[in-house]
Amino acid sequence: MNKIFTRMGDGSPLWLSPDEVRFELNEGTLDAADRGKVDPLQKEELQYLYEIIALPVNAASIKRGQETVTSSDSGAFKINYQANISLDRATAIMVHEKVLAADSLDLGNIDYSYKSVKAIMHDEAKVMENVQLCAIMPVLYGAMPNLGLYTKPDGPVDNWSELLPLGKIKEARAAQEEAVELAVKDMVYIAGGMHAAGADGINFDTCGASGDADVLAALLAIREIKQKYPNLGVEMGMAGEFILGMHGKLEFNKTRIAGLYPHRQAELAASAGVNIFGPVINTNSNRSFPWNLARAVTFIKTCCETSPVPVHANVGMGVGATPMTPVPPVDAVTRAAKALIEIGKADGL
Amino acid sequence: MGGIRTAGDLVLRMQLAKSMKIEQAKQYVADCLGVTSFELNDCSVMREIRQSLDIGYPMPDPGAAKGIEAKVNIARVLGLKINAVERFKEKTGLQ
Repeated sequence: MNKIFTRMGDGSPLWLSPDEVRFELNEGTLDAADRGKVDPLQKEELQYLYEIIALPVNAASIKRGQETVTSSDSGAFKINYQANISLDRATAIMVHEKVLAADSLDLGNIDYSYKSVKAIMHDEAKVMENVQLCAIMPVLYGAMPNLGLYTKPDGPVDNWSELLPLGKIKEARAAQEEAVELAVKDMVYIAGGMHAAGADGINFDTCGASGDADVLAALLAIREIKQKYPNLGVEMGMAGEFILGMHGKLEFNKTRIAGLYPHRQAELAASAGVNIFGPVINTNSNRSFPWNLARAVTFIKTCCETSPVPVHANVGMGVGATPMTPVPPVDAVTRAAKALIEIGKADGL
Repeated sequence: MGGIRTAGDLVLRMQLAKSMKIEQAKQYVADCLGVTSFELNDCSVMREIRQSLDIGYPMPDPGAAKGIEAKVNIARVLGLKINAVERFKEKTGLQ
């Protein structure tokens, strides 16, 4: 029987029989259903996923008429800092708009955290002002809440990652609550500056990287920002599929934040005033691409059904079924995009 | 979706400003432009539409609206307040 070319979650090539592909797809959707307490994919959806995996082409494409839009995180420094081409960020945005046909982009500092930007906000605002004069597409300002930066020695707050192993639970929780207050203040300040500079929106990226307190900080900041600047668009992207309970007791709108999966995260984000929600589904590099894809589509489909706001699924290295490698293979990335849009019904990527 | 080659920037704007899901955002933009939702992703159709409305397009002709000029027209066509456009009006006394 002919084998089907696919990949492992780390990007390495893999040949599977049709039965093996179907087995992996089934296992992947069942894993998501079990973890997230959501419905697994139906038989017809799994069959279509199989057909996507088995397409005898390098790059897969979505059906005509189902095209969707893209947003970014750290979009303005992919060309310069990461591809290592000497180009300022404002020019990079123009390249994305006029050459790469991006639907939107976010401007951000290389130290992509709101706390780091606070001291240089006046200079960042000037870049945004220039960009807004030249750009036609929406340009957001992006950074991460990155609550860890508020801990000693970089910040003023005790480090909960050091306190927790010592059994100092109460102290660790207090430190996180203090960091939340400081982070909210910083994020609202940056949003105000970017609103004044003409930004179309603000992107809270990698929310939850430091656990539930990190998410709470973003939600509280977003609620305040939407009250102060109602016409400033807000996108919220997550750090992982599951919010870690580094604190464990934090709530927003009477919902405990720790332990939420994407479909519940989206509801909470929308209640804070988020306009676009960006869920993350982690890629398991020890499992196959079909397994990861079925799993990601299962989570995203439920998230899109539940979310009151548009969902832009994260599809980059190590998330959204994309293999965990610095140069994700086109065959895997395009199949992930096709499946997440056509079956998952993602509103964007 | 193709950004200013097609109508991706406009659809994204409706998502970001009004939290519209993809089909709703596409239909809204299509209605504003007088095309079908299907045509929004056709760079051949959309280039002519964008030229006629002067809302910005790649490899622009001389005299075409650029940057903030195009966004002023986009705000009018979509019936949307664009933050940078409001700022531009305020700074230039056009408010």
